[in-house]
Amino acid sequence: MAEITTENKDGIHLIAIHGEIDAGSSIYLDDALKAALENGEKKIVADLSGLHYISSAGLGVFISHVDEFKLHEVKLVLFGINETVKQVFDILGLEKLLTIVNTKEEAIGAFK
Amino acid sequence: MSDKVKIRLSFLGAILCWLLFTGSSIYLLFVQSYDMKVDFSNFFPQVCFTGFVLSTFAYYRYMITKADSLNFTDLLWKVFITGLITTLISLAIQFFFTVFAKTTLVESPLTINFFYNILIGLVVIFMVSTMVVWKRLILYQKSKNLLQLWGFFEVALIGALLFDFFGFEAGGANFRVALVVLGCFSLILVFNLKWVAYLNFKQKWKGILFILLSAIYLYHFLRNLLKFSYTDVLVIDLLDRTFVWGVFGFLFLYAVISILVTLFNLPTSSVFEQKLKEALDFQKLSQSIPRGETRDQTYEILLESSMSAVFADAAWLEVKDDGGTTQVIRNLKDEEVDEIKSAIKGDTIKSILSLNVKSELNPSKLTDELKHSQYKSIIALPIMVQNKQVGCIVLLNEVSEAFNREMVNIITTFVNQASISLENLSLIKESIENERYKEQLKIAKNVQKSLLPRELINNDHLTMAAFSMAADEVGGDYYDILEYQKNKFGLIIGDVSGKGTSAAFQMAQMKGIFHSLANQGVSPEEFNIKANTALSQCLERTSFITATYFDINTKENILTFSRAGHCPSLFYCKNNHQVEYLKCDGMGLGMVRNSSYQEYVHSNTVNYHAGDTLLLYTDGITEAKNPDGEQFGDERLKKSFTTHASKAPDQVKEGIKNDLSEFIGEMNIDDDYTLVVVQFKDK
Repeated sequence: MAEITTENKDGIHLIAIHGEIDAGSSIYLDDALKAALENGEKKIVADLSGLHYISSAGLGVFISHVDEFKLHEVKLVLFGINETVKQVFDILGLEKLLTIVNTKEEAIGAFK
Repeated sequence: MSDKVKIRLSFLGAILCWLLFTGSSIYLLFVQSYDMKVDFSNFFPQVCFTGFVLSTFAYYRYMITKADSLNFTDLLWKVFITGLITTLISLAIQFFFTVFAKTTLVESPLTINFFYNILIGLVVIFMVSTMVVWKRLILYQKSKNLLQLWGFFEVALIGALLFDFFGFEAGGANFRVALVVLGCFSLILVFNLKWVAYLNFKQKWKGILFILLSAIYLYHFLRNLLKFSYTDVLVIDLLDRTFVWGVFGFLFLYAVISILVTLFNLPTSSVFEQKLKEALDFQKLSQSIPRGETRDQTYEILLESSMSAVFADAAWLEVKDDGGTTQVIRNLKDEEVDEIKSAIKGDTIKSILSLNVKSELNPSKLTDELKHSQYKSIIALPIMVQNKQVGCIVLLNEVSEAFNREMVNIITTFVNQASISLENLSLIKESIENERYKEQLKIAKNVQKSLLPRELINNDHLTMAAFSMAADEVGGDYYDILEYQKNKFGLIIGDVSGKGTSAAFQMAQMKGIFHSLANQGVSPEEFNIKANTALSQCLERTSFITATYFDINTKENILTFSRAGHCPSLFYCKNNHQVEYLKCDGMGLGMVRNSSYQEYVHSNTVNYHAGDTLLLYTDGITEAKNPDGEQFGDERLKKSFTTHASKAPDQVKEGIKNDLSEFIGEMNIDDDYTLVVVQFKDK
């Protein structure tokens, strides 16, 4: 069960994820990222402060977009990751592929 | 007593009674003519006659009720044939009397009575058989009241037989009262003619013919009986009996009424046939799915039955489903369909044709006139499945105003039935798919099990124990070990990100990669780089595999490993009784699909000693939750391992398993659990 909201502010596309991303809800995350890419967004910020759990399917969604974002010069910055999720990212090595910061301000600042 | 025995007994009884009846009446005649003083009234022949009538009744009753499947024309045919045979015999008697007219032979009371008795036999046979058939016809679709009334009528007839027994004077007051009573019953009963409606046009003509002939036979017998009655020498005159008159009247009346009703029903029989056909079509439609017919066959049946129900000259049916658009056309060319589509005026029909119907439609808007050179009337109906329009059916007639409300109703029921059938079909399909999916899962599960090593290494240098359990879905946990050189082992633990069937196949790929690379004796770092390259070609974009590869050298007691995103393994050092994580940076296989992957790959080396134990596991263990939603977690696992690590590998495995199941309680397993314990021995 996950709730995904998107918001556009000052040229920055904000995707906020709440709840749990499992095999079922990973589709919505995939849709949100795909839509951002199709809309030509170059600056994407993902708010993971509401994310409690992410399954391998959810991780797969982030992984699958890494190359594509790089190709289209899209920058994705994640912030607000809680300890459990962060650990999953770390073990997998995903933190090396994504830009992860602590706060929203830092995330927005990353584009400057 | 079986019916067969009853039939035979009643047949024998009838013949015996008739013989006794004839014998006794002739004997009586003898007695009278020779004035012999013998105490012998006509009581005995009376008894015999009554017995004869009753046993004939019984005989026909069993005969005709036995033949349950007989249809109406067959029943009437039976009457006709019995009538024909009896009439022919009676004609032969008549012929005999004509040939020997004016001779002493035919004027002798003996001869007259003998032949008269034969005639009585014939009349009774015909009367009774006709009576039984008429009863069958009257009681067709019987009600309780009708059955009761018929029962009273039969009682009255038996009463008449008894009444005759006492020999009331024919034509007297009592006689008339009895006749009036029987007549009243007959009058009420003869109007039960429901069977007529079930005859088709041809059968009705046949029926009229047979009943007419039966009436003629009746008339013929009556005339013959009357002729004998005038001779005044009869021992027993059949015409003195209310029973005979009553039955004759009833039979004749029913014949006349049947003929008239059938005659008047002739013009409407086509309507009845049409309705019957509709009912049959309806049945056909509703049975089309259980009989395993396809969608296309259902469409055909729907179109055919609808066309014949409203006498349409042409029609088409259009259905849009997953398989694309299906169009079934009757008596029309493709271009004519387009012509007609553009000739439609009504908005309702237009929306039906464009498959845009969302709500209930007004039935009166479903029919319309057409401005077309050939077709003048149109009916269009939407085909709805689960409140969604999936298609439409269009029927055309060359006559204007050819369709009415009634026809719309019929087509609506047809379409509804077809919709139900189609819905059922998709439900059946779905459940079959489901079954197939389950079957696939079972196969995948078996495949997956067979991918895990059947035998673990247990030698002088190391001992192992492993446990792997998949959730109800097919899991993707994998571990394996092989000795690629003496005292050199390749060991792997992995977790495929997907679940279900695809996970099992990814696991199979992983096994292939492991066996080919490990056998070459590649280093752990090299293993991960090459495995990443191989998997990048075939893994889905959203899939990845986490793994840790170990190279064990039991000669030098060295353990080298490279972690590819897999949860870090635990290492127990016997000397200081400490458990540590085997840390190493790394990244999951398939996450970076180009040569830059090697930048993320690292390896580490551990020198181990005898008694040290290695624990490999998958995240199913640490992520297992108790009823409060709390995870088993790294710390608990570490603690559990520390507790058991000094035991034999099998006991280590069991110990951790017990701790885990104690923690999660009666929770359902929703992930895969894998534990691999490797314990090192001395050189």
